[in-house]
Amino acid sequence: MLDLSKYPSIGAALKDALNAFSGETCLIEADREREKERLTYKDFQDRAHPLARALQDSGFAAGDRASIIMTNQSKWLISAYSIFFTGGTLVPLDYKLTAAEHWQLLRHSGAKVLVTEYPIWRQLAGSPERPSADNVNLVLVTEAPPNADLQGAQRWEEFRKSGEPVFVARERNDIACIVYSSGTGGRPKGCMMTHENYLEQCVALTSLYPFWPGVRYLSILPTNHAIDFMVGFFGPFTCGACVVHLRTLRPEFVREAFPKYKITYVSLVPLVLKNLQKGLQARFDQLPSGKHKIFNFLVAVNKAFTKSKPRLGLSRKLLGQIHANFGGELRAIIVGGAFTEPQTLQFFYDLGIPVANGYGLTEAGTAITVNDLNPFRADTVGKPLPGMQIKIVDPAEDGVGEVCVRSKTIMSGYLNDPELTAEAFSDGWLKTGDLGRIDATGHLILSGRKKNMIVTEEGKNIYPEDIEAVFESLPVKEFCVFAANYVWPKRSMAGEQLVLALHLENGQSYTDALRNDVIARNNRLLNYKRVHGVVLLDEDFPRTASLKIKRNILAERLAQLDRASAILPL
Amino acid sequence: MRTLDQTTQEVVDLASKHFNVPVGSLAPSDDFFKKLGIDSLQALELLSRLENHFGIELPDYEVQGVSDFRTLAERIQSRL
Repeated sequence: MLDLSKYPSIGAALKDALNAFSGETCLIEADREREKERLTYKDFQDRAHPLARALQDSGFAAGDRASIIMTNQSKWLISAYSIFFTGGTLVPLDYKLTAAEHWQLLRHSGAKVLVTEYPIWRQLAGSPERPSADNVNLVLVTEAPPNADLQGAQRWEEFRKSGEPVFVARERNDIACIVYSSGTGGRPKGCMMTHENYLEQCVALTSLYPFWPGVRYLSILPTNHAIDFMVGFFGPFTCGACVVHLRTLRPEFVREAFPKYKITYVSLVPLVLKNLQKGLQARFDQLPSGKHKIFNFLVAVNKAFTKSKPRLGLSRKLLGQIHANFGGELRAIIVGGAFTEPQTLQFFYDLGIPVANGYGLTEAGTAITVNDLNPFRADTVGKPLPGMQIKIVDPAEDGVGEVCVRSKTIMSGYLNDPELTAEAFSDGWLKTGDLGRIDATGHLILSGRKKNMIVTEEGKNIYPEDIEAVFESLPVKEFCVFAANYVWPKRSMAGEQLVLALHLENGQSYTDALRNDVIARNNRLLNYKRVHGVVLLDEDFPRTASLKIKRNILAERLAQLDRASAILPL
Repeated sequence: MRTLDQTTQEVVDLASKHFNVPVGSLAPSDDFFKKLGIDSLQALELLSRLENHFGIELPDYEVQGVSDFRTLAERIQSRL
């Protein structure tokens, strides 16, 4: 079992790992079917140290913040390690945000350094928001074309200095990362994650899903995401395993990567898992009748033998062709970031491919519960990880209440926001805002949300407050965005949508012109952030003395309407 | 050499065929996620079809944040 107890920081643990596994392969990077590079831990160190030294020479010091906005690739991890090596705090941002959102979070985080890719920098540099984040005084850009106008940035590939960098020690309670769980359009929620949070989470997760030299993890989820940061960087690196980056998410290249690189683990969001299921099911449906019967028989045999626990060797023999398509070495698909339908999980498990579904939130440091496969349960999100305490607060008769958690992996608070931090905790317990119950076997079963937000199948958290700005100056009396399941609570995590509540002016009606205006504004949002429909309410919205909408009371009023007929689709 | 209008029309035609949607119901300024009812993975499938059709390679980052046919066509046009 992995022991990180002697390490005070991520940087210290990684530094030792780079030395201990120097000859092992740590990274493979491919661009579609073309392998671009393959690095050993020694190669990785040789790339990172000159960067760390250059950062130090530029004045970057302990506690300084550096942001990374990049797609998954080797330079992401090399940059992150250099930042930790020099005692810095990493601010990983989602590369899919808009330039304005990036600058907003860069300003809020106080980052001094930004590491990004040229196509992203083109967008950022041309944004009118750029001057608002004057705290960013060094920008490093990767893969810029030879004659590119860098607009004040420096080339990542040339930003290096000779001479050994000085390793800067950090304490367990120092902030390792500031990870934004939301707030791109409203109040930023920058989760301050300590070194201890990551060290403890890494030990807990690898106790169930271990890494070792030779293990290959296919990194598809963005590395800024808590799951990929842990199981696509810190976890495998501390154990000497290898991370494979693809530089594309095209399904055909992802499928090819499994057999080509003999993948051991992969993390997927439910959307991608369902897509894989759809592809496989279509192939099964095309089997001639005789073969189909044999296939069904083999699946039934596999199900019978794996009821109590996975038997990978047996499953690979029984359903060899399927496992060969996945490379024959796949031990588990880790799925998270959003609710996954039980039938999708069961589909893969019945084929002998364990799916490690779990539950977590950024504030809790990756995962709170994970399926331990002992036995596999598709109807739950698993049991609490070692060191994780869960309690259900104010349970109803059926045992469902708010899930609260306490552990060494929980964030220390939201950056620059003591008020939000205080709201998030109660007596040291993190209030998740999710509803659930714990069954007799200790498994957590989620059944809805208490908070006004949704999580998309792509694993994106969307808070209504964050997207309301796009509807400012809409010609109506007032408006407010809600998660439909918050207004009309359902004992389910499926089918989450956002709705726009409108109160029209006296005598105004919901015309095609108004609807088109709503659609045009909605389309300015990234596709996964858009509202699904409009709800009309013919009364003044309740407001506080400072004229803020009382969302909870407004939600109660909207709840009096019939959900199906009240939501007018866009 | 195609004009941008021609490229846009070819993009719309291909999307209509791939997702079995009447071509007359699609306009260059349409949001293809919404109009075709597709998710981000299906949009990537469409990109692969477009690459084969136009004989180009369109990196994922080039279409980051793109959601209407016209802008997609512009990105393709710049690589023809």
